[in-house]
Amino acid sequence: MPRYIFALLLLLAVSLGYGAEKESHEATHEASHEEEFNPGTMIIDHVIDAHEWHVMTIGHTHVSIPLPVILIHEGEVSVFMSSKFHHGHDTYKGFKLETHGENKGKIVVAETGEVPLDLSITKNVAAMFISMIILSFIFISIGKRYKKRSGKAPKGLQSLLEPLILFIRDDVAKASIGEKNYEKYLPYLLTLFFFIFFNNLFGLIPFFPGGANLTGNLAVTGVMAVFTFIITTFSGNKNYWVHIFNTPGVPWWLKIPVPLMPVVELMGVFTKPFVLMVRLFANITAGHIIILGFMSLIFIFGNMHAGIGYSVSVVSVAFAVFMGLLELLVAFIQAYVFTLLSALYFGMATEEHH
Amino acid sequence: MELVQPGIGLIFWMTLAFGILIFILGKFAWKPIMKGLKEREESIDEALNAAKIAREEMKELKFSNEQLMKEAKEERDSMLRDARKVKESIIDEARDKANEEANRIIENARESIQYEKMAAIHDMKNQLAELSIEIAEKIIRQELTQKGKHKELIDNLLKEIKEN
Repeated sequence: MPRYIFALLLLLAVSLGYGAEKESHEATHEASHEEEFNPGTMIIDHVIDAHEWHVMTIGHTHVSIPLPVILIHEGEVSVFMSSKFHHGHDTYKGFKLETHGENKGKIVVAETGEVPLDLSITKNVAAMFISMIILSFIFISIGKRYKKRSGKAPKGLQSLLEPLILFIRDDVAKASIGEKNYEKYLPYLLTLFFFIFFNNLFGLIPFFPGGANLTGNLAVTGVMAVFTFIITTFSGNKNYWVHIFNTPGVPWWLKIPVPLMPVVELMGVFTKPFVLMVRLFANITAGHIIILGFMSLIFIFGNMHAGIGYSVSVVSVAFAVFMGLLELLVAFIQAYVFTLLSALYFGMATEEHH
Repeated sequence: MELVQPGIGLIFWMTLAFGILIFILGKFAWKPIMKGLKEREESIDEALNAAKIAREEMKELKFSNEQLMKEAKEERDSMLRDARKVKESIIDEARDKANEEANRIIENARESIQYEKMAAIHDMKNQLAELSIEIAEKIIRQELTQKGKHKELIDNLLKEIKEN
């Protein structure tokens, strides 16, 4: 099964790469102005979403994979490839890619400058689809293996991932939610864990199918946090709501006449998923920024003098490797923490009165 | 600034795709995986339990074997004891019978000896009477020849008779 996945990926890369090549020829003569190296812009450009998947720049030739743009403006749906903009040099169907200002990197209406509803398959969306396809392939094939080899010892990929699955089941779900209710939440928790873990790792790979800072994007972490919030809220039993609105073990004057405790508790309900969202986003983005910062040092010093650039590169690469190793650890820890906290919230929501 | 401004498009696609992913993985991956894991755990549990039961049965079997062995040993011992007793009683009986027989033989012998003795005594008495008569004859014949020796002779004769 993994062979098929790789074959598929290769096919995807080759076909997209071909498109990129064709497009890059047209772009060659456009980019003629000398660009000053700006580390801040470079770093931010690397960690945010984009309408094309930038692979590399050779001289003034940008090699990037074009991605579909889907816009809804004044009730009209426009679908075209992002390569039509030629990296922001052209206007297409009355839209253009803003290259500076407040809406930099976004697609705006060329004349008025207003932002249409943008449902494009951006770099992050594409990376998300790729990771989801790979995840589905991996886990469905493993699921088949479990069916075929029921009762036997795990083998291959199955034995690689089984400890993680068991870890989530026994030490996260069972331990936080309890023996009685954990099975209901297990599919969500396992999907959450492997989605975050897998994309954290993929984000560390600096070139194509990796490289997208997916788990370091507020939209992605936010959606996952909202999922956790919704599940928590809907599985909250009577005991859970009593805890929020009439917290036991608290003096009465904290609840009446000024409902101080209920307000604090109710705020807690919303801050929990908010913190989940920010923690994952900040951890992953910070790691990326630090690595990119080390890389920028090489070019900053290289601009002064080529020799200094080379000598700094040794130190920079050493630090970047160290950070990369640290990020591997963080990739697992953050996936674990997000899953564990989600499980804890579910556990709180379903806890029986005792 | 875009770093902290989540894009609407990404939110939309993420919600849609993540929901679908949860559904697909939940149905086609986690369900069979969890089922497989549970089945395997149960089968391992069962195997362990079966091993435990087998071990206990073995222990019981061993115990009953030992019991059987012990009983057999006891039976053998008691049989041996009985045999010894029978042997002794047979020997005793034989000895008693032999004693009795011997006693009877001795008694018979004694009786016959007594009888012989009586016969001998009777015979002796007859002979004594004849000898006495002979002696008397001799004495009477020699009465006139030697007075002194006469008496001595009688005495000697008498002594002889007594000794006989």
